[in-house]
Amino acid sequence: MYQPRSIQSSLSFKDKLQSIDYILVFSVLVLGIISMFAMYSTDGGEFAYHTKSHILRFCVFFVIFFILSFVQIRLWHSTSYLFYIIFFILLLCVKYFGLTSSGSQRWLNLPYMHLQPSELMKIGLILFLAKYYHRVSLENVNKVRFLFIPIVALIAPVLLVVMQPDLGTSILIASGGFVAAWLAGVRAKFFIYFSLILLSLLPVAISFLKPYQKARILTFLNPEKDPLGAGYQIIQSKIAIGSGGLFGKGFLNGSQSYLDYLPEKHTDFIFTLFTEEFGFFGSLFILLLYGIIISRIIKIGHITRSNFGKLYCFSFATVFFIYVIVNMGMVLGLLPIVGSPLPIMSYGGSSMMAIMLGLGITMSCKVYKDTPVN
Amino acid sequence: MLSSGSGNTVIKSKLISRRMFLLSIGKAAVVVGIIGRLISLQINESKKYKTLSDKNRFREWKLAPERGVIKDYFNQEVASNRQVYQIHLIPENARSINELFFRLKSILNITDRKIFSIKKKIKKQKPWEPIIISDNLNWSEFSRINLFLNELPGVEPIVSVARVYKDKSSAHILGYVSQVSAKDLKNKKYLKEMAVSGIAVGKTGLERRLDEEIIGEVGFQRYEVNAFGKRIKQIQIDQGQAGKNYKTTLDLEIQKYTSEILEDKAASVCVMDVYNGDIVSLVSSPIYDPNTFVHGVEKDYWDSLISNERKPLINKALSGLYPPGSTIKTLVALSALENKIVTPLKSVKCTGKIEMHGEKFHCWKKKGHGIVNMRSAIKRSCDVYFYEIARKLGVDRLSVTAKKFGLGEKVLKGFSEERSGVVPNTSWKKKYIGQNWYIGETLHTGIGQGYFQSTPIQLCLMTAQIANGGFKIKPRIIFDKKKNDLKEYLKFKKENPDQPLPQNLLLNNLDLKPLFKNQENIKIIQDAMFSSSNEPGGTSYRSRLEDKKFTFAGKTGSSQIKKFTEEQREAEVKQENIPYKSRDHALFIAYAPVSDPKYAISVVVEHGGSGSKAAAPIAKKVIKKVLERHDLRQSENNLLGESI
Repeated sequence: MYQPRSIQSSLSFKDKLQSIDYILVFSVLVLGIISMFAMYSTDGGEFAYHTKSHILRFCVFFVIFFILSFVQIRLWHSTSYLFYIIFFILLLCVKYFGLTSSGSQRWLNLPYMHLQPSELMKIGLILFLAKYYHRVSLENVNKVRFLFIPIVALIAPVLLVVMQPDLGTSILIASGGFVAAWLAGVRAKFFIYFSLILLSLLPVAISFLKPYQKARILTFLNPEKDPLGAGYQIIQSKIAIGSGGLFGKGFLNGSQSYLDYLPEKHTDFIFTLFTEEFGFFGSLFILLLYGIIISRIIKIGHITRSNFGKLYCFSFATVFFIYVIVNMGMVLGLLPIVGSPLPIMSYGGSSMMAIMLGLGITMSCKVYKDTPVN
Repeated sequence: MLSSGSGNTVIKSKLISRRMFLLSIGKAAVVVGIIGRLISLQINESKKYKTLSDKNRFREWKLAPERGVIKDYFNQEVASNRQVYQIHLIPENARSINELFFRLKSILNITDRKIFSIKKKIKKQKPWEPIIISDNLNWSEFSRINLFLNELPGVEPIVSVARVYKDKSSAHILGYVSQVSAKDLKNKKYLKEMAVSGIAVGKTGLERRLDEEIIGEVGFQRYEVNAFGKRIKQIQIDQGQAGKNYKTTLDLEIQKYTSEILEDKAASVCVMDVYNGDIVSLVSSPIYDPNTFVHGVEKDYWDSLISNERKPLINKALSGLYPPGSTIKTLVALSALENKIVTPLKSVKCTGKIEMHGEKFHCWKKKGHGIVNMRSAIKRSCDVYFYEIARKLGVDRLSVTAKKFGLGEKVLKGFSEERSGVVPNTSWKKKYIGQNWYIGETLHTGIGQGYFQSTPIQLCLMTAQIANGGFKIKPRIIFDKKKNDLKEYLKFKKENPDQPLPQNLLLNNLDLKPLFKNQENIKIIQDAMFSSSNEPGGTSYRSRLEDKKFTFAGKTGSSQIKKFTEEQREAEVKQENIPYKSRDHALFIAYAPVSDPKYAISVVVEHGGSGSKAAAPIAKKVIKKVLERHDLRQSENNLLGESI
């Protein structure tokens, strides 16, 4: 136990630099560059506000990702709860001091940026649960008293986010928690019970839903019912994607987005814009990049020694995957419009910050793969 | 918890990895699903979505085509287009419609009623579709609008073209155009397909008859528009196709001259080439101004047209139904000769009236004409002679001849306003009136009264076919460059009766239809008509033209509106002294010149009294004018022949 640690401690900077997963870094970089071009296209082919801002954010957070990669894995482990608590406090702050925009209170007005703590909580919760289950022994995992803390840790932030209201993000946060718990060995039956309880609460929950949220769900079920109203986004997105065809309309030639038919084109519908311009093959390329990123994260999970690292990486890989799929499923008309950004591609500082933080922790799992956390 | 051994940790990490493996399988399945969806949208249904995308992207604005021009025989434009100044409004560009109209009212002369109807229209259409506020502004109004344009967002000044009729004399035969009505859209398929605002449609006359060809093809401007309907850029413009131009057989000079002569009388004149059926002139009077209809007729003017008892809107030459009166005597005589009922020399004594079955039948001349034969009966228009002939001939045989010469059916094709008239016979009466024919009615029919109804153009055609020696002709008003060789053929036959036809005439495949059994009979009628106009005692002797070049042969007629009572007859009441509406229609038919017939004419003056006094003098002037222009017309035709 002590031997490896001493080896790890004596890692030179050169060793650390060499142990970075450059395939992952490179894939993220390529995706980032693609997103810059996509952003340039949303600005109508001008080097305007969104493009500049997106490039700046990507560069800053990419550097942060790189720096975080060298942070000792033990430090992440020891500060996991702290991170969770900080993010939770931020969420509480949102409730009291948050900015309200188009009917929901999601942002904190900080210097240089509007922070959306719910995005950070996506990482914070899996970090929390990774540490928690790292410490819980296998025999105890399925004991009810050991389920208590995770359930509270999951429900508390989710409730805060639901009340913002931001249904999409809250579901994504919760899914991250479920994934981490299940990976740690919690039996499927508990998830079934939990789901049943949630299901029974559904009618109550629906009565709390805002009218626009109800409309979104109904719209998902039948978008053509109200083509100019709630179904407009899905229909226009499908038109944009479908009309892209095999090879797309060409860079800066996406008429659907260029002529403003596409809603939210730089955030939730960035994939639509990209695939309208670059077609089916463009979409496959994006999927491939995400595939590489996710598989690299999983690989890091496999090679890292500690269960904390494994739990974290696997959970992060899975939630990353879920974010990508939920966003794509949404713009492809397979899922309701829940408002979830596409990792790295979408415009949005908090999302970028959370993803880069997540990637940074992953990379430190790689760099310190043999270091025990306790 | 920390006490758990390293073995436990290994088991745990194996569990985690196993579960991750399961998750990965799930992920792969989901990715397959996403790729499947992409294939379905971007490959299988790509075409559908491309269409939808283009539907989003492009919006078309239709452009009304320019209407074809109608010219006369000498290529003078009788219906043409002129530049007009219009203002259009694109409602979505206006800040406030109410405010805008308030402002417009202070600049233009625009009624509240018009504003109301425009507002109603705006509500019905898409906000980006332009609407015409005013389609015919004068220059000062137009320049004022341009001056205040910056205060009128949404308003667009447009220079467009609209129909203009330079001369009113041809108003009836040309017809007019006006805005499309709901009825037009329902009845005319081509209009429905065009669906362009601001297009004018032919309502009557040639404008209506030729509408489908003359209206042209709609053009369009295709714009790329953004999601808010704003035009981003023009992608394509198709100016459309201007309508076909038409040349007619009409002579504008004669049209003008004739309408001047007719003044304000309720009358019509029809002049026709006796060989090729070219309608040289077709004038109805009183005339109206067709230009007033182009931009929507004003109520006062419309009311004055409608309330005028001389019915200026009716094309009397095509739609006026008149008993042919004594003009039919030419055909009654011909029919009698053809059916060998009488010989030309058979005489009848006219005592002013005859009695049959207790009913009295009067001659127009109270004292009677004494002894008359066919020639003098036509010359002096003796009714008693024709009572006698008609009685022997019978109405059915007469109707056969009358129909052969074109009475009872439409002369021109495709004029919805043309009427076919009535050639009565026994079966007709049975069918339409449901009664048997009385012999007395035959007598009335024999002098062109009773059920007989004819249009002036039918009478003109009848005369032309008598004049050309009894051959069927097809009247036409649209110029046809194909030469009609009937005249040459007849000339050749006359000079070389036994020789085969020359090549050029054979090639033309003349569809010669003689309307006679014996051409001598036609000549007898021609001679009788000559005497009527050129021998003392003839009914139109006073209107004769003595110059051989112009001499015409004619037949007067007056058709009764109201039967004269015995008292009126006794008192010898003159036509001028009875109310306008009760006066006889005055008719005159003629052809000229006698030596070499070229043109036939029919003149009808409603309630004009007698044909000799009211109609013949008009014919005299018109015939002279037409013949004076004959050489010019001939040379125009030859010129054309060379150029083709």
